[in-house]
Amino acid sequence: MIEVYFEKIVPLMLRGVPMTVLLMLYGTLLAAVLSFVFGLARLSRFAAVRGTASVLVELIRGTSLIVQLFWIYYALPHLGVELPKLPAAVIAIGVNYGAYGSEIVRSAILAVPREQREAAIALNFNSYQRMRHIIVPQALPRMLPPFGNLQVELLKGTALAYFIGLGEVFYRTMTQLNYYLYLLVPIFTGLLVIYFALSQLVLLLYRWAERRLAAGRM
Amino acid sequence: MEIGFEIVEVGSVVNEPYEGGGKLSMHMHAVPLAETAAERGSVRPMVRFRNIRKSFGELEVLKGVDLDILPGEKVAVIGPSGSGKTTLGRLLMTLEEPTSGTIEVDGEYLWHMEKRGKLVRADEKHLHRMRSKIGMVFQHFNLFPHMTILRNVTEAPIRVLRMRRNEAERLALEMLDKVGLADKRDNYPSQLSGGEKQRVAIARALVMKPQVMIFDEVTSALDPELVGEVLAVIKEIAADGKMTMLLITHEMEFARDVADRVIFIADGRIVEQGPPSRIFTQPESERLQSFLGRFRAYRAGR
Ligand SMILES: Nc1ncnc2c1ncn2[C@@H]1O[C@H](COP(=O)(O)OP(=O)(O)O)[C@@H](O)[C@H]1O
Ligand SMILES: [Mg+2]
Repeated sequence: MIEVYFEKIVPLMLRGVPMTVLLMLYGTLLAAVLSFVFGLARLSRFAAVRGTASVLVELIRGTSLIVQLFWIYYALPHLGVELPKLPAAVIAIGVNYGAYGSEIVRSAILAVPREQREAAIALNFNSYQRMRHIIVPQALPRMLPPFGNLQVELLKGTALAYFIGLGEVFYRTMTQLNYYLYLLVPIFTGLLVIYFALSQLVLLLYRWAERRLAAGRM
Repeated sequence: MEIGFEIVEVGSVVNEPYEGGGKLSMHMHAVPLAETAAERGSVRPMVRFRNIRKSFGELEVLKGVDLDILPGEKVAVIGPSGSGKTTLGRLLMTLEEPTSGTIEVDGEYLWHMEKRGKLVRADEKHLHRMRSKIGMVFQHFNLFPHMTILRNVTEAPIRVLRMRRNEAERLALEMLDKVGLADKRDNYPSQLSGGEKQRVAIARALVMKPQVMIFDEVTSALDPELVGEVLAVIKEIAADGKMTMLLITHEMEFARDVADRVIFIADGRIVEQGPPSRIFTQPESERLQSFLGRFRAYRAGR
């Protein structure tokens, strides 16, 4: 029994890890970009831009990830856009967590003292340069800890891709369950361990990045 | 440097009443600026506030300020706290927009621009061009904490003036040397004393070579023993002569030593102005007399 678990099932479960990690990485990339796009748009001096971004963010946050995923994977083809499983999952996850991330970007930027912007105006930086070279670099260290938490959420959210049949960890595990139902407890326990290990890895990376950023200004 | 205060008296340049209320073009002077200067037959002011009003919500902070500052002139602004001194400087730095009235810098409107023969609200491009003539040093330094001292000074020349890095660094070190801080080039602002931070802020503003520089109470956030070093630096810059300076200050001796003219503001209005020799020895208005009296009592008690 134990042998079957460690020699057959666990390796098969682990085969899903690369897909989980891939989905997490692409999803994070898209989420990071959208966090800044939405976050900055919500701070725009143009009311129309601010409004549009806010409505979009609220729409995304107000509908669940799984529904969005199903919509992209199952409904979109009827509208003529057919996406393979991985891109569909990346988009659903990236858009969803990007909407949450925009709030992190927005509040971190608002937390930079107003005087910094004014000093930059007095030196005649244009609005892009102020954001890019003065404000965002100071907001970034503030964003990292909440971004770390959000990324762990995102990692756990990748399990939902199971429902469209993407072969990540959760999917691989569930297929094993069909054959080894009597090992249900160790199998699910193994799953907990895998997600926990991945989360810790992500958090470790963020701690390292935070230390590096902090070291830059002493 | 001697400048005739007589020819730039308060209100003397207002040729027509400003009706207030409406924000933009309707009440603007349609006269080309160069012509106005020629008419007056004197040096064109570097900065010209005309009937400037500024309100924050219900609170009217500036209630019609007229002020001409000549090229190279050093004007000290004194007055009680809350009288609108900082606001005046911030309007000139384009950090606040006037509620009504106009500001001209070097013969051009600051907050307005001409478009198809009409004066309209300035756009970013116009403001950007005008800002290149103006610099400001703030009460709380506002250095960029994420950059070294050298980067603080080179960043604007590199990004804004598109200067080459080595050229910008050469210039920055020259300026840092002027304020006595070249050896701190690789430190971060958090490692400097208040006086040192303020001197870096001065170097950072100087390196952009503005024609007009605003100093807003640059020593009032400093420990008393650090005030002297900062004032000495400003005196040295003032002695160079060319730069037009608006010195908002509560250091009366400094104002007396550096300024060509002292402006006394109270309750959002210029109450009295004149050469420091007169303002400090023979104040005319009761407001100024009591302000200076209180100030002397405070100094004596310290
Ligand atoms: N952004 C603002 N919003 C509201 N009130 C302001 C603002 N800036 C300044 N004030 C008010 O305007 C008045 C004048 O301020 P300020 O120009 O800083 O005076 P001073 O520099 O002479 O002490 C004060 O009552 C201040 O509280
Ligand atoms: Mg002030």
